[in-house]
Amino acid sequence: MKNLNKKIKINPNFQFQWEDKQNCYVLLYPEGMVQLNQSAGEILALCDGNNNIENINKILCEKFELEDLTQDIKSFVEEAQNRNWISYE
Amino acid sequence: MNNEIKPPLWILLELTHKCPLECAYCYNQLDFAKTKDAMTKEDWFRVMEQARVMGAVQLGISGGEPLLNKDVVEIVQKANYLKFYTNLITSGVGAPKGIVAKLKEAGLKTVQLGIQSHDRDTMTLITNNKNSFDEKMAFAKEVKDAGLQLIINTCITRQNIHQVGEIIELAEKLGANYLEIANIQYYGWALKNINSLLPSQEQITEARKVTNYYREKRKDMKVFFVVPDYFATRPKACMNGWGTTFLTINPDGIALPCNTANTLPLTFPNVKEFSIEQIWNESSAFNYFRGDSWMKDPCRTCDEKEKDFGGCRCQAFALTGDMNATDPVCIKSPKHGIINKKIEDSVIHADDKIIYRNRLNSLTFM
Repeated sequence: MKNLNKKIKINPNFQFQWEDKQNCYVLLYPEGMVQLNQSAGEILALCDGNNNIENINKILCEKFELEDLTQDIKSFVEEAQNRNWISYE
Repeated sequence: MNNEIKPPLWILLELTHKCPLECAYCYNQLDFAKTKDAMTKEDWFRVMEQARVMGAVQLGISGGEPLLNKDVVEIVQKANYLKFYTNLITSGVGAPKGIVAKLKEAGLKTVQLGIQSHDRDTMTLITNNKNSFDEKMAFAKEVKDAGLQLIINTCITRQNIHQVGEIIELAEKLGANYLEIANIQYYGWALKNINSLLPSQEQITEARKVTNYYREKRKDMKVFFVVPDYFATRPKACMNGWGTTFLTINPDGIALPCNTANTLPLTFPNVKEFSIEQIWNESSAFNYFRGDSWMKDPCRTCDEKEKDFGGCRCQAFALTGDMNATDPVCIKSPKHGIINKKIEDSVIHADDKIIYRNRLNSLTFM
């Protein structure tokens, strides 16, 4: 997969943040809001332009004491890219 | 009851009702001339803080023309600091020089620009401002040059409904990220001018066909098409339900569950006297149409009442004189004949002259 090593960032037209009232990460866009589930939120929180899929996997595996999340991350990132939430650097 | 009230998500600040345009379909109330710009910068800051604490995330900055408020950059800056997603809703006319770059710098996320036509004369006919076309084109360019997201809002009336294809092409040329083609809803000035504005069912069907054609071709620009409820069989779920999602604050500081709610015979609270939390949770006006205990038949016993909440209260009041009545656009409404009559009248009196939305005309409605 050619994008595996490229760093990922959230599209600047979206705004990503933690919301106490919703008790989750949200993604804001014109007149709308997506409430993210935990795994989507944790992945997007790392899409800050400093990490590629490999880094994201490493950080999340350490944080949640798991073996390998590469496939889950890849499929989420693909979906997020289709929705224009993120792009590769 | 209070435990069931969900916090507002969408706050709309109407910074002023002054506007360089005089659009025939403006939703501002007819007597807008009596509202004063009574809110200071600090007042706006305070309501934003209060709404944000409650969980509001979307902020609309509108008017009138919000760029005429000298504090608009600081308001955007504050909103961004509070982590609102900021939407500027503007005519793009009469904007102070260089303001777009300053707004971008202040953290503005998106600009919604009203564009009525690809054609200068049509634009002038609708807005009664002959500079509007050139100024809007220049403003759109400034928005894109600043790297801001551009949403073009096109309000559809009989004057421009045949131009939908050209308008989509113009929006694309201007680099719009989204285009919303909205048939206007008939309140305020639009209701006053309905005979001059309302398109026919055939025109709407044709415009929708054209929109769908372009939508297939232009995948990178999202195109929305909103039908006018006069030609629907059920009412719209107005404001996603009264006091569930939206809160508007007008230039006087009056808090409203929707932009036109002060046309209703209710007393709405002022943010200078009450906090947003008190207004949202405790005021009688915001609680008035929550739930369904206010409903009359046919809404009360209708199995779709959870879907459309009885439709629009302002429309029910404006057309039937009873704000608790079923929205007459619903074909189940015993007053639905009013809508048919309005449609018929708009054909018979199609040549009525437009009454433009300006201060002088507004004074005659006070």
